[in-house]
Amino acid sequence: MFREEHGRAVAVLVRRFGDIDVAEEAVQDAFAEAVRRWPSSGLPPSPAGWIITTARNRAIDRLRRDASREDKQAQAALVQAPDEPVEEGPVRDDRLRLIFTCCHPALAVPAQVALTLRLLGGLTTTEIARAFLVPEPTMAQRLVRAKGKIRDAGIPFRVPAEADLPDRLRAVLAVVYLIFNEGYAASSGERLVREDLCAEAIRLGRLLAGLMPDEPEVTGLLALMLLIESRRATRTTPGGELVRLADQDRLLWDRELIDEGQALVRRCLQLDRPGPYQLQAAINAVHSDAPTAAATDWSQVVELYDQLMAVAPSPVVALNRAVALAEVEGPEAGLGLVDGLALDGYHLFHAIRADLLRRLGREAEAADAYEAAIALTENTAERDFLERKRSQLGAA
Amino acid sequence: MKHYLLSIYQPDEGTPDPESLDKVMSELEALNEEMRAAGAWVFTGGLHAASTATVVLDKRGEVLMTDGPYTEGKEHVGGLWIIKAPDLDAALEWARRAARATTLPIEVRPFHDEPAG
Repeated sequence: MFREEHGRAVAVLVRRFGDIDVAEEAVQDAFAEAVRRWPSSGLPPSPAGWIITTARNRAIDRLRRDASREDKQAQAALVQAPDEPVEEGPVRDDRLRLIFTCCHPALAVPAQVALTLRLLGGLTTTEIARAFLVPEPTMAQRLVRAKGKIRDAGIPFRVPAEADLPDRLRAVLAVVYLIFNEGYAASSGERLVREDLCAEAIRLGRLLAGLMPDEPEVTGLLALMLLIESRRATRTTPGGELVRLADQDRLLWDRELIDEGQALVRRCLQLDRPGPYQLQAAINAVHSDAPTAAATDWSQVVELYDQLMAVAPSPVVALNRAVALAEVEGPEAGLGLVDGLALDGYHLFHAIRADLLRRLGREAEAADAYEAAIALTENTAERDFLERKRSQLGAA
Repeated sequence: MKHYLLSIYQPDEGTPDPESLDKVMSELEALNEEMRAAGAWVFTGGLHAASTATVVLDKRGEVLMTDGPYTEGKEHVGGLWIIKAPDLDAALEWARRAARATTLPIEVRPFHDEPAG
């Protein structure tokens, strides 16, 4: 309830008062008040409405206090804030506005991510700092600076105009997916998965999909995250070791998430406006369909990667396509494609080369490639996995 | 309405050939005209080379002068606009147009307070 309502309440108050700090503080006060009151008085008929109304009153109190001290900004905010009852209906658009403000391209991406988690996710600065392995004062500074820029530079609180929407929406989706990925494959540290970030990204994805049901890429991103998330339990052993897709126990995949993800992929197909997230979701849906790794419809996967290369070509997509092609045409063909890619600094490039070389019986070269991959990864679970693979060379 | 400073960052070395300079100048003229028509234009001006700059510094009553621009580097502000815009998005749109016309980076900075008028 807290995370859901936090974003809603902050969004309403930002629109009402035009100031993020005022909104945040008032919403925090309202939640603190709820914690004090609700255990004895019971839940109000509309808890969400109660939070918003209480926060609004708190904000007005604070602004009156500040205004009496001749704070010009507070006076302006009070004038801006009409004395009308707060309704929950139009709140929908307020959250959408807030997302676009948080993910404005004039803000650096790390600032976009932090603001989104703070304002829409209701995560504390401490939680965000911990999730991104950044010292807390650094994260606090990042948030203060970003909020200061929104205020001083006049970043508007508004859903972008039709013409700018595709670009701006791409930025929003990129932030959500970045949060998910950081949770899924933490770029460094002990744990392979930081579940709370994944859960938060999916929550944001659901929120966006609800707010923009006609944007297929929004639906595609949600489907993609759900399908990846469905395999979480099987992606590591209880001891924290990495398990590859082919070796995962598919009976333990989360059927409910798969069904939801696949239904969303089907809805995307009906909309027939494919994009990068939808295609990646579709690729994951093919994997989810296969009862065993051997039963995977690899030619369909290759076909989807061809489409992905057409709409969003990148060396990483080409690398993944080569992996799929190796399953259809053999490791020789896969390696031929992989070797042409300029991905020398990417650990998975070397890990995939290593695997293809191993399958071709070129063990010395495979060992070198594993070595290169190990040197480039900072994630402990992934490194352990690669070291295991390297030590198994020549054992067979 | 907020006020924004749009600064053109120009390389110190090298001058564009006359032909492309003509093109830039006529595009800038058209842009200024459009800013005026939209009510966004407040001021614009181009600057002489950064090598013509002088920095003045007061050290406890004693005036120190140095020849050349304050910041080191290979680029300096070569011209600027002051514009009025309802929000950053509107200012960024003018900056985008300016960047296209000049083919140079444009820095957008908000003014602290609304100037009088």
